[in-house]
Parts: sequence; C-alpha cells; structure tokens
Amino acid sequence: MVTKVHMEALSPTMEEGQLIRWLKAEGDAVSDGDVLAEIETDKATMELVARGEGVLRRIFLGEGGTVPVGEVIGLIAAPDEDISQLEKDAGAPESQPKPTPEASEPEAKHPSAPQVAAPADPAGPGPAPPVSPSASAKLPDVITVSEGRVKASPVARRIAEEAKLDLNSVQGSGPGGRVVKRDVEAAQEAGVGVPPSPSPEKDGVESGRRSLETQGVDFEDFPLSQMRKTIAKRLVESIGPVPHFFLRITVDMDRILEARKRVNRVLERDGEKVSINDFFLRATAQALFRHPEVNAHWNGDSIRRHYRVHLGVAVAVEDGLITPVVRDANRKGLAEISREVRELATRGREKRLQPEEYTGSTFSVSNLGMFGIHEFTGVINPPEAGILAVGGIEETPVVEVGEVVVKPLMKITMSCDHRVIDGATGARFLQTLKEMLEEPATILV
Amino acid sequence: MPEITYREALNQALAEEMERDDSVFLMGEEVAEYDGAYKVSKGLLGQFGDLRVVDSPISELGFAGLGVGAAMVGLRPVIEFMTFNFSVLALDQVLHSAAKMLYMSGGQINIPMVFRGPTGAALQLAAQHSQALETWYVHAPGIKVVTPATPADAKGLLKASIRDNDPVAFMEGELLYNIRGEVPEGEHVIPLGVADLKREGGDVSIVTHGKMVHLALRAAGVLSKEGFEADVLDLRSLRPLDADAILASVRKTNRMVCLEEGWPYSGVGAQIAAMVQEEAFDDLDAPILRVTQADVPMPYAKNLEIMAKPSAQRVVDACKRVLYR
Amino acid sequence: MESGTVAFSVDRDPLFGFSREDLLGILRRMLLYRRFEEKVEESYAIGKIGGFCHLHIGQEGAAEGCIGPLRADDYVISAYREHTQALAKGMDPKAVMAELYGRTGGASGGKGGSMHIFGADQSFMGGHGIVGGQVPLATGMGWAIKYRGEDRVTVCFMGDAAVNQGALHESLNMAAVWQLPVIYVVENNGYGMGTAFSRISATEIGDRSKAYGIPASVVNGQDVLATYRHFEGLVGEVRSGGGPHFAEVRTYRFRGHSMSDPVSGTYRSKEEVEERTEQDDPITILVHRLFQAEALTQEDLEAMDGEVRAQVADAVAFADEAPLPEASELYKHVYSQINEHGRLFFDGRDR
Repeated sequence: MVTKVHMEALSPTMEEGQLIRWLKAEGDAVSDGDVLAEIETDKATMELVARGEGVLRRIFLGEGGTVPVGEVIGLIAAPDEDISQLEKDAGAPESQPKPTPEASEPEAKHPSAPQVAAPADPAGPGPAPPVSPSASAKLPDVITVSEGRVKASPVARRIAEEAKLDLNSVQGSGPGGRVVKRDVEAAQEAGVGVPPSPSPEKDGVESGRRSLETQGVDFEDFPLSQMRKTIAKRLVESIGPVPHFFLRITVDMDRILEARKRVNRVLERDGEKVSINDFFLRATAQALFRHPEVNAHWNGDSIRRHYRVHLGVAVAVEDGLITPVVRDANRKGLAEISREVRELATRGREKRLQPEEYTGSTFSVSNLGMFGIHEFTGVINPPEAGILAVGGIEETPVVEVGEVVVKPLMKITMSCDHRVIDGATGARFLQTLKEMLEEPATILV
Repeated sequence: MPEITYREALNQALAEEMERDDSVFLMGEEVAEYDGAYKVSKGLLGQFGDLRVVDSPISELGFAGLGVGAAMVGLRPVIEFMTFNFSVLALDQVLHSAAKMLYMSGGQINIPMVFRGPTGAALQLAAQHSQALETWYVHAPGIKVVTPATPADAKGLLKASIRDNDPVAFMEGELLYNIRGEVPEGEHVIPLGVADLKREGGDVSIVTHGKMVHLALRAAGVLSKEGFEADVLDLRSLRPLDADAILASVRKTNRMVCLEEGWPYSGVGAQIAAMVQEEAFDDLDAPILRVTQADVPMPYAKNLEIMAKPSAQRVVDACKRVLYR
Repeated sequence: MESGTVAFSVDRDPLFGFSREDLLGILRRMLLYRRFEEKVEESYAIGKIGGFCHLHIGQEGAAEGCIGPLRADDYVISAYREHTQALAKGMDPKAVMAELYGRTGGASGGKGGSMHIFGADQSFMGGHGIVGGQVPLATGMGWAIKYRGEDRVTVCFMGDAAVNQGALHESLNMAAVWQLPVIYVVENNGYGMGTAFSRISATEIGDRSKAYGIPASVVNGQDVLATYRHFEGLVGEVRSGGGPHFAEVRTYRFRGHSMSDPVSGTYRSKEEVEERTEQDDPITILVHRLFQAEALTQEDLEAMDGEVRAQVADAVAFADEAPLPEASELYKHVYSQINEHGRLFFDGRDR
C-alpha cells in the first residue's frame, strides 16, 4: 500500500512548512512512526513522522524547500509497488526544484502540475491556446479540496452521493453544523455544490473545471449557444448594456477575526500584519479559482473563462477610483497579497501605477467597510462578469439554536452580468466564498 | 361493530377461547369469585366453573410454576398476575422453566401458555406498583411478549396468544381497561408480529407500544398543529417484533423517536435503535432519540411522578429535535 | 398412610414378599444405575462429559424404590441428580449417556446435558437446575391430572435442601387445597451440597408438610425393598384420590455433591463416608439378603454384573460415536411456533 507523505500541519496555525532536512533517503526502509524529516513550522522545528510502512520511494521536496500544508512531499510504498500514477499525480511544488532526476522528468510526464506547466504569462487575455477536452481528468492532489470530515447525517450523505453533490459545499443547519437531509435537498434545488458536469449545461455553455481539462491553459473561450445569445439580447434590452443582477450573502466573520489575530501574532516579528480585507481577497481569489464560470469575461460573441485569477481591487483616490490588479492572486499567500495591495494602493493614490498594473483583471472587488458602509452594490467593470461589493463587519444579534447570540457579520453583494452568470452560478460561487470565510483553514488549501 | 371497553374485549377473548378449547383455564389471584381484580374475568366463573376459573393463593412463584407444569403436559393455562409487578416473584418459573423448557428438552416439551396482567404505572402507586417490565420479559429467548393498546387489539391479540404454542407474556395497560373502542364480534384474531400504523405521517416515526401509543397519538396531534406529521407505529408485539414495519417507517421519515414506559437502560427502544442503525443507517437524518421513564424508581409525590413519566411534551420535544426544529 | 408414619423395615420377611424374578430385576436395575454412574464418573474424568455433573451413587435404592412402583404414564420430575431416575423411568441408557456427552441421539438432543435429561415418551419430565424449581411444575402436572380426571400420579423428587425453598411451600399449599395427586419425595442424603441439613433447619423434614395438612412419611432409602413397598402403598393411595403425600427417603451419597467436589472434606469426614459406604450400600444390602435367602449366587451376581457392564459399555460406545449436534440445532427449539410475521431473534439470524 502506498502512503503519501504530506506536509503536515505541525502547529495549530501552520500554513506552510519548510523542509529543513530529510532524515531518511530515497530507498530507506521506514516503519510507521519513524521520523522522516525535520520541518520548520511557523513556530518551531518539528519532526515529520511516517504514517505507513515500506520504503521511502520518492522525495518531492528538497531540503530548504517550502510548501503549503497538505502537499505531497514523498511516497512510501513496498519496494516493488507500482507508484508511477502517484508520481504523476504528486505535483512538484512550485517553490522547489525536484530533488531527484526522476522528479525532473519532462513536463509531459507531469501534466497535472499546473504551476510548472502553465505559461508564465504576466498579462491577461492573449491568443487562446487550443484546448484538449479529452485530456486527463485526474484531479491533482495539489488542488484537491480537503476540508476534513464533514458532519452529515447518514441520509444526507446518501442523497449527496446519489446526486453527486459535494457535501463540503453544503451549509449544514443541524447541531454543530451537521448537514442534514433538508440541507442537501435545498442545495440540490439551488444547484449548490454540484460539480459542473462534463456534459453541456442547460445554458449551453460547456463547463469545465480548471483542474480537469485545462492544464497549462490560462483561459478558454466558449462559443455562445443560441440560448445564451437570446438571454444576452433580451437582458441587455431590459437593463443595458450590462444586465446586472445582484446576489447578497451574509458571512459570519468570527473565525476570520480570530485567525487574523493569530496570523498577526506571527507576522508581528517581521513588523507586518494582515487585514480582514487581505483575508477576503485571498478567499475570493481561491473561490474564483474554483469557479472559472464566474471568473469570466463577456466577449460579445463568446464567454471567456479564466483559469488564472487576476484580481482587481478598487482603491479610492482623491479624484476617483483606480483598480490595481493582483496577478495570480490565488497563488499568493496572505502576507504577499497584503504587501502587494498596500504597495499598489499607495502608488495608485500617487498615480504612479503602470498601465499593466491596473488592467487585465479577470474579476474585481470593492470594499467600503472602512467608510462605515454596511452594504452596497458595485458596478461591473466590463468585460468582467462580476464584482463583489463588501461592507463592514457589524456586531449583529442572531438566533442560533434557539438562543440570541451576537455575531460579527459581513454582507457581500455580488453584481453579476446576467449574460455570463446565472443566479445559481453566482450562488454557488458565493457559497464557496462564504464557506472559506467561515472556515479560514480552507483558504489555505 | 359494537363499542366496548378494553377490559370487556379481554373478557370476550378469554370466554371465546375457553369455549373453543377445553384445555384453556384461567388461574390467578381474585380471578373467580371476585371477578378479577380489574374485572377482566367477570362472569367467567359462572360460565366455566371452578376447575377452569381458579382463585389462587397469593403465591406467584407457585401458581406460575403450576401453570408451566400443566402446560408441560398439554394444557393451555392462562395465568393472571394481578399486576406484572408481582410477576417478579415468579420470574424463576417464567425464565427458567417456561422460556427454556422446549430448548433444554431438545424440542420434546413446549409450553403453550399465557401470563397476563397489567404492566406500567397507574397513578401515585409509588415504586413497587408502577413499573413497565416489558424489557425483563422480552430479554429472554423462548418467550413472546404482547402489548395491546386498544380494545380491538386486546381481543385479537389475546386470542392469538392463547392459541400460540409458546409462552406469551401478555402485558396489558392498567389505565387502558376503561378505554372504549370498536371490537369485532366473534372470531377476531390478530397474528403476533404485525405492527399497526396507528397514525400516518411522513416527517418522523414514533415507535411505541401498549399504553404509550395513546401518548404518542397525543404528541402527534400537537406536532400536526405545528406542521409536522408523525407516523405512530404501534408494535403490538415486542417479540415477535415487526422489524419490517419499523424499518419501512424510518426509511420513509428518516427520523425516529422510540417511546416506552419502562426505564431506558437496555430498553425496548435501545434494541430498536440498535437494529435501525444496523439496518437503516443510511436512511437516518438524525440520531434516534428515546423517551422513557426517568431512570429512577417511581416516586409517590404527584409532581415527581409526572416528571418521572414520559409525557406528550417530551415526545414532541424529541420529535422536534430529530426534525432539527 | 398417617402423617408421621415411619416405614422402616417392619416386615418380618427380609424379602418383603417379592418374587425371585422381581428381586433379580430390582437388583439388575440398581446395578445398572451404579455401573452407569461409575462410567459417567470415568467419562467426566477424561473430559468426555462437561459442566456440572451430579452422581447418584449410593442413592440407587431411592431411584428404584420410588419409581419402580409407578406406571409408565405416571409423571416423574426431578432436580439435577437425575440420571438414574431417568433410567428407572425407562429411558434408554444410550440416550441418557449421549445426552451427557452432548451428542446427537442424546435424550434432549445434546442441548440439556447432565442437569436436563428429558424423556417425554417415558413421562420423565426432566431434570431441573434451580433448587426447588421443579416442585411447582410437578404441582402443575398434578393439576393437569385432576383437570382431566385422569388416574395418573406425579412423583416429584427433590433434595433435602429444597425443603427450605418457598417454591415447595407454595406448592404444598396448593396441592393440599386442590388435593392434587402428587407425591413429593425428599431424597435426604444429609447434606445440601456441603451443609448438613441439621445446620440449616430447626425441624424435621416431615414437619414441612404438616402445616399444610399433607401426610408425611419417612423410609430408609438404602433398603430398596422397604422403599419399594412403601411407595407401592403411597402410589395406590394417591392414585385413588388420597391427595398429595410428602415422603422423606433417607439415603446417603457416596460421592461429592458434584464432580467438582471432593467426596469428603470440611463438611463430612473421610471416616463417615467410608463407614456409610461400607455399611449402607443399598446394593450390598440387597445382595446380602438374596445370598442369605439363597436367591442369588456369587456366579449369578457376576454374570449379571457382566451383562450390566456390557450394557453400559454399549451406551458409552453409542455416545462416543454419536456426532455432535448440527450447527442448525442452535436455533431450533427456542420456539415451537415460528410466527409468520415479525422477528423472533435479534442477533441477525432472521436477516
């Protein structure tokens, strides 16, 4: 049996770990509990132990390398066990050269390592490379969304399984957030959590997750179906030229506030700190990465789904507004986003931004919380298909399990271009975003 | 169909079965001249004589064992316990003799008999006279346990129990003797092992038996006013147990509350909950909850007694919990 | 029979008027009981028989003397020292031995064992394991006899320790009230397990029934002929409507209470056991009388003993060769009527 060696969370707040040194080499026999490596966490140097028996067949992360928690950094297997598939699946971490010759085989053998395979295109739209719809559908480990065990009633699990519904994306209303039957039924009705099927959706646009068929592809253009054309035409006639509609969701920010405190305690040493908005940007980038159908442009005769996330962040300046772009925002850590936004905003106010720094966004956000605004609606920046408008966090009494409790709530309003995004599409994205904000650990994945 | 009381229904069943089969006799304290402590055997002495309707001394162990001995050689005794509280004195004969005779004799000697009487609490009778002992009887293989809730069931199930070739603990409700209901005349036999859906709803299953059926129906009425419809499944016999009916109901509603008058530990509800999680795990939307007597001897004081007994409100509350309301 | 009558050997004829044929029959059966139990002891020692096992060695006179006078359709019910009583009631030694071996072909299909030998066809209504538990059952059989207007008799054996159980008292009362045809027989071997009767009772055994108006008697169980004649009389009276009777049969067991006890020990001395075994062996007593009356020679005795031993050897061979019960037997005979609906077993068997 093959045991994957993961970068484990060796401290409660650890998001990523640096490999100090391997205590076992490839080819060494290992038993359950053996110390494999020393890992520098956010707090201390800790030991990573083996969770299986066999031979340490492969090491994917070299000494000195840093990867997020959860990444596969090695494989333990029987000496003669076939691990080729797992070798392919275990993407080499972007920050590190592969430590062994096998691991640095040509990219073709690692089609599912997107960070390596993606062209280093700094800017947005470019000529679309050809898409191969028949490419491997294997979900790589590095982007597998694993949020721990979901509490769900047996019948809810059964229904979800039958409906191929991702329980992670269903909000549980039972005790302790247990997902119960009515939750999955409601989710089914709303279309939440249903992974886009490879067959054409009812809107006629072929769906596809970035992870599935688009390795090495920055975006993909989908021709308009007749239905989509009609929807576009009708809606523009109604509210033109961009037919907006609005979705509003309320998020409990309790855990984000807590997470920020803890993260900032760590960052303080370097004289840094992150804001709630940074968390929000990080979460939005992750959610957009998972919902390319929202991270999209209206091209007039096609819809472009972006598989990279370039996040426009509206910044108020003296005589108006500028929207600097955090490129590949989903690949950036909290601190990095924080630094970049601060830096871009400063230069934005000083009007020292280069054009490529405020163009090419795939999606935008606007936060007026610092102005005391509870909630508002943003106006879409074409050709983008949506914008998020975020209000401030407010202490609000809510009823929970029959008792009134005070919760820090934040309202998010999403403006959607109805030509691109339908109600359920937007709702699914917001659901993902809400879950990430309410369970900050998931933002790290 | 005539409307008669639960007690009259039992009386009818006894009279009809004694008429039908000479080997059936009734023995117990006060059953003959006094017409029965609860008047279940009213008039039977006159009809069948003192060999077939027999006043016993207060000797539960003795006359229960006498019944088993008579059954060993082919009679079909109906042994009345004035209440099942007193049956504890006879437990050696019920457990060691009646329940095991067929097995330890390698199939040579069966025990076609009925132990009957009221079980459960009445009003302010305190610790020794207010207890539901179904679990004690249902625990042992070799015995069958029947718990009628309505007059019609009382008659149909008692007739089936007397005709059954195994020992049956037929446990009546002390507070049910006066309830009235339509009861078919003459041959009305309800096979053991068939539960009865006393009320049909789709939202939650209340699984219960005996006197508690009426409490469950009250609770279901309250729930209905609040928009939830409950299945009230009356098990009628606990062994044989209509597992199919239980599983069908829970597969429909995904939620179950077991209601019983006895104590919780190893209670009937515990058995049913174990069975349902084994066989219908993927149909459950919520943990199975039980409503039972408080885990204490029955107190005398009125307020404490009310607290100790299952109530419609507790059933409603349990149902709402499994409904996540 | 008057209450309190002592029926020791009052007859001047040491052979109590039995024919030679009857005497040899009684001797042969007692020898069978003795050799059977000795073989049981041996089989237990080599692990062929398990569980609790109580031997009747020394008490054969009671088995033969009490049961000999009964009709085939009279009921006998007993406690757990019942192997020889089952044989006395006409059960096949093979079926009894196979039951002790826990095999197919055993009287109770191998499910009862030493304490639960049943022979419904011989009206042997079982060995019962709870002290005194069989007494209400016997009373119920007596009730059934009366209920049906039959002329059968029920004989209920119990040990001396059972007379302190409430079940006996409740039964005696009912039997007296309803005048049931039951002979309650107390085999008094002096000890309830390891407790001498005199240490746990302030009165004599026969006093127990006086309170209920049931006549009591005492007979020397080591004198099988006296016991036999005494019971002939009792059975006749009870059968003819005389009501219940309470008989004490004084006897002595030559072995421990069960196979797990020593023969002698803290509660009785080695000397006592040796003395009683020497002087009070019911078989030796009978053999001596037959020798004296020249009704039996040493050669006759040895020939008879050889035949009996062969019979027991056959029983052992049968038991030893009999297969263990089929696995399908496990769930058989829990209920005699498997109801068409519902579940009777809760360990997954019904699924």
